[in-house]
Amino acid sequence: MRRLLGPRMLPLAATGLVVVLLYLAAGAKFHDSNWFTYRVLRDLVVNNGVLGVLAIGMTFVILSGGIDLSIGSTVAFVGILSATLLGQGWSPPAVITLSLVCGVALGALMGWLVASFDLPPFMVTLGGMFLMRGVTLLINDSQIAITHPTYLASGKWPIHPAAGAWLIALVVALYLLHYTRFGRNIYAVGGSEQSALLMGLPVWRTKVAVYACCSLFAAFAGVAQSFVSLSGDSTQGVAQEMDAIAAVVIGGTLLTGGRGYVAGTVLGVLILGLIQSAIIFANINSWWTRIGIGLLLLIFVLLQRAIQQRVDRQ
Amino acid sequence: MASLGRIVSSRHFWPLLVFVLTLLLLRHLSTDFFSISDGRVYGSLVDVFVRGSQVMLLALGMTLVIATGGIDLSVGAVMAISGAMSAWLLTAHEASAGVAIAGGLGVGAVCGLWNGALVAWFGLQPIIATLILMTAGRGIAQLITDGTIITFHHAAFEALGKGYALGVPISVWLVLGMLLVIGAVVDWTNLRLSIESIGSNATASRVAGVPVARVRLLVYVVSGLCAGLAGLINAANIAAADANNAGLYLELDAILAVVIGGAALSGGRFSLTGALVGALVVQGLTTTILTSDVSVHATRVVKAVVVVLVCLLQSPAFRARLQRMIRRRP
Amino acid sequence: MAQPPQPSPESTPLLSMTGIVKQFPGVRALDGVDFQVRRGEIHSLMGQNGAGKSTLLKVLTGVYTRDAGQMLLDGRVISPRSPLEAQGEGISTVYQEVNLIPDLSVAENIVLGRQTQRFGFIDWRAARRQADAALARLDLQLDVSASLNSYSIAIQQMVAIARALDEECSLLVLDEPTSSLDQQEVARLFGVLRRLRDDGLGIVFVTHFLDQVYQISDTITVLRNGRLVGEWPAAEFSRIELIARMLGRDPASLTEAEAGAAPPSPVAAAEAARLVAHQLGRRGQLQPVDVEVGAGEVLGLGGLLGSGRTELARLLFGLDRADSGRVELAGRAVRRGQPRSAIAAGMGYSSEDRKVEGIIPELSVRENLILALASKRGLWRRLGRAAQEALADRYIQALGIATPDAEKRISELSGGNQQKVLLARWLAAEPSLLILDEPTRGIDVGAKAEIMALVADLKARGMSVVFISSELEEVVRSSDRIMVLCDRAALGELRGESKTEQAMLARIASAHQEVSGG
Repeated sequence: MRRLLGPRMLPLAATGLVVVLLYLAAGAKFHDSNWFTYRVLRDLVVNNGVLGVLAIGMTFVILSGGIDLSIGSTVAFVGILSATLLGQGWSPPAVITLSLVCGVALGALMGWLVASFDLPPFMVTLGGMFLMRGVTLLINDSQIAITHPTYLASGKWPIHPAAGAWLIALVVALYLLHYTRFGRNIYAVGGSEQSALLMGLPVWRTKVAVYACCSLFAAFAGVAQSFVSLSGDSTQGVAQEMDAIAAVVIGGTLLTGGRGYVAGTVLGVLILGLIQSAIIFANINSWWTRIGIGLLLLIFVLLQRAIQQRVDRQ
Repeated sequence: MASLGRIVSSRHFWPLLVFVLTLLLLRHLSTDFFSISDGRVYGSLVDVFVRGSQVMLLALGMTLVIATGGIDLSVGAVMAISGAMSAWLLTAHEASAGVAIAGGLGVGAVCGLWNGALVAWFGLQPIIATLILMTAGRGIAQLITDGTIITFHHAAFEALGKGYALGVPISVWLVLGMLLVIGAVVDWTNLRLSIESIGSNATASRVAGVPVARVRLLVYVVSGLCAGLAGLINAANIAAADANNAGLYLELDAILAVVIGGAALSGGRFSLTGALVGALVVQGLTTTILTSDVSVHATRVVKAVVVVLVCLLQSPAFRARLQRMIRRRP
Repeated sequence: MAQPPQPSPESTPLLSMTGIVKQFPGVRALDGVDFQVRRGEIHSLMGQNGAGKSTLLKVLTGVYTRDAGQMLLDGRVISPRSPLEAQGEGISTVYQEVNLIPDLSVAENIVLGRQTQRFGFIDWRAARRQADAALARLDLQLDVSASLNSYSIAIQQMVAIARALDEECSLLVLDEPTSSLDQQEVARLFGVLRRLRDDGLGIVFVTHFLDQVYQISDTITVLRNGRLVGEWPAAEFSRIELIARMLGRDPASLTEAEAGAAPPSPVAAAEAARLVAHQLGRRGQLQPVDVEVGAGEVLGLGGLLGSGRTELARLLFGLDRADSGRVELAGRAVRRGQPRSAIAAGMGYSSEDRKVEGIIPELSVRENLILALASKRGLWRRLGRAAQEALADRYIQALGIATPDAEKRISELSGGNQQKVLLARWLAAEPSLLILDEPTRGIDVGAKAEIMALVADLKARGMSVVFISSELEEVVRSSDRIMVLCDRAALGELRGESKTEQAMLARIASAHQEVSGG
């Protein structure tokens, strides 16, 4: 309890409180008991599971002080790749393995370019985004249905594939970030690359691995997406990287790197989802979602800025 | 061998070379590369300029922003807002073309002012500051269009996108006009000096008395104006305002164009014509691929390769390694 | 090896650097320097700006590689090529700026990169134990799971030392570790250092605070202009002698002056002062002072680095925001924290940090030169190209700037020529008061003389100048009055007959005496 209210956890706890209050406030506003049902909460998790996985991957890159624009395209790539290969008779484990390997390869390539030549991550991952979207469209520029029995049977799983993927991603990320040297090095590199070098930490290796990791999560999100939508769609995930960045920032991770928590990112995704659900529930026009997210982003960023300035002054 | 190294390191050599090669290829592939009939220019060369006009406009504003060390992710969304605003004025208020154009440009400038204020006065990182409007912008555009695609028929306004003047498409004239206006303002005032000095060393610029915050504010306003104009052309082209798709992903093309044009993302020296050449390279590649038998989707893969190559050529670490390799070879 | 190994460890120094040379383009930063550190010794490395101490430390800790000379640690030849390699050899460094990760916990900062792992998991309990143990060596008990930035800089400095000692280490290098500490914190740090010394560690200590040197060191080595001046036991080396050696003066001539040093005259108002600053100050940076400079007057700011002279200049110009006081130039109030307001009122400031606060590296000599004037005219009133070129050519001629033409990038010029361009930048803006902070630093002798002549010329033409230099001789020669600063406060003024190097030295030295005595 003391740790939860300590200065480091306080922003996280506050964000959690925002989620709960937002949920309660929306319910109070609607005077509709349907809001407080299991179904709404379930949909909240299920509908945002894929974004949740993406945002967790993005947290790694942003913690290290970088950014990754390629993840939305990677989701589409994995979807199309899976649907095509399954259609040609590949087995699901082989398809999933290949998808994840492709993700790691792309991420490692981008990470190598960033770390070895000191290229701006923004441009390199922009290249990754164009590459993945282009390759996806070259394979197939429409939608392909997935009819493999394993995929079809996922509806009967005890846990929804999107929720499951989100949970797995969360557990893996918590382990990597908090219980491995790699994870701690990410915080160090993002906190101060100069200091990390002087402290003798493997900065180059950490940077390459961070991008590989983020792309791996993106590929994993793509696998989850193909289970959810039972199809591969070349337009899947357009602009999703921006939603993921927004979720990470709202979750309290600084874009300059070195400070933030995966748990915050989960809350950030939930906040985005709640706004969306509330707007659908209230039958307000859907464009208010974008405006709402923008406003929320503004408020959180300005708050962070104010906190940062207070810390700097001390 | 040393001279080869110098050519490889030159910033302006590559974009021009690539553009010329692209045009040669395009000329080889297309049946009608350039022709004049009824006193108007036609052909795939003209096509490159017409289709590239929106990205060229965005690139003009983006160059200034990037030269100060910033970035503007919101220009695509601003295009949507400006298009929506003009279409709304044309339909709901039956405004004249002049009012619609002024409305579109005005709303673009306001968006730029918003971005500039967040960067210059609140000290937000440009990437985040403009991400906010990028996220909310299309929502605002839909708010104006009430979620529909507003179509209109207004010959005078549509001329922005489809019309010709003196045998040349009006959109091309607009790019040229914007280039001349921005170029003149930048070069006939202290603006170029101030922008380049801020991008090169913001701290020293402040010590020397450069009005850093005011210049930063201004470049975002110019970028917003350019995006507003691009949005008008986009709406005029299709005689409709599509809040969801107008200018989608064009911010990335614009950034790409500026970087291809030889500017460093970290700021400093900039060239307006370089940015235009960059935009033309992007559009030239697209048109060439469209003309050829290759799938249109290969454009993106080519763009990806171009992005990485351009960044590598700009990277001091890569250049050092390259020159070492050239020198080592006997 | 030239020397046979010595039988007794007592006589073999722990570290022995001989004939170290480091050449930079245009500057020989180290010119055959010898430096030795013995076990169980705290060794202070002293010298003015540009003396070569930071270059020597960087060679020692692997940031730079030496061009010539030999380095022996424990009798082994070493040539570290990175801080990491130096660490592997047993040389740990604690930098002026704490080089840790402020957002991570104390424990993590100590164990980062060396965490104990069990079954693929970091053992956090073991990490905390390890951190506690490392801190215990320094007699320090902290909540190691609190984040590092929740502690004071002093504690952070201690944590950095704890991390340095947690690896195998025989030589500890402390580069200005005390610059941001208060007296209690310094005392605490020194307690730790003494114990480490008694454990047999060799410690190299660099600071600008003279009294601290005497509190802690066993041995003092003085560098000047990239050369070794000498090594003395601290107990037999008087303060005045140390200062004299650092400045390249003969100590014998100073001892009489010390006795006869006149008390500084009270700060008297010059008639019709052009610059008036009243109670100007900022917490932690400068205690409130009054400053007045008349037309055509040169006010020298005397004092060692860290005395508050640069801080005063920055507050006058508005680069830092003062929390008290006001500044007026020729009757116009200068708004706090706004350099543009100071420039509009007629002030100019040439910073000591040429690279960060001076040159615009990507721009040409011409553009750098006209920048202040152009900004003063405002964004919209451009100076014509012809006028720019005329101005650039005139100042290139007048100041003898060595450049093939005005269009060369300023970053390609030598330091001295860059400095001249920056001076020209301000002269072109025609200020009525110019602040010159170390205008002669890091440039060759010829350029120094030219800049000094320029200052005299400006004064003759009625410009007011505030002049700061680490070369006391320059300050005395060029100033009408000298304001002496020490420990971020003004001590008083020297003028007329009392305005001599000796008086200034004596004043600074006695101030340090008072501080350490009281």
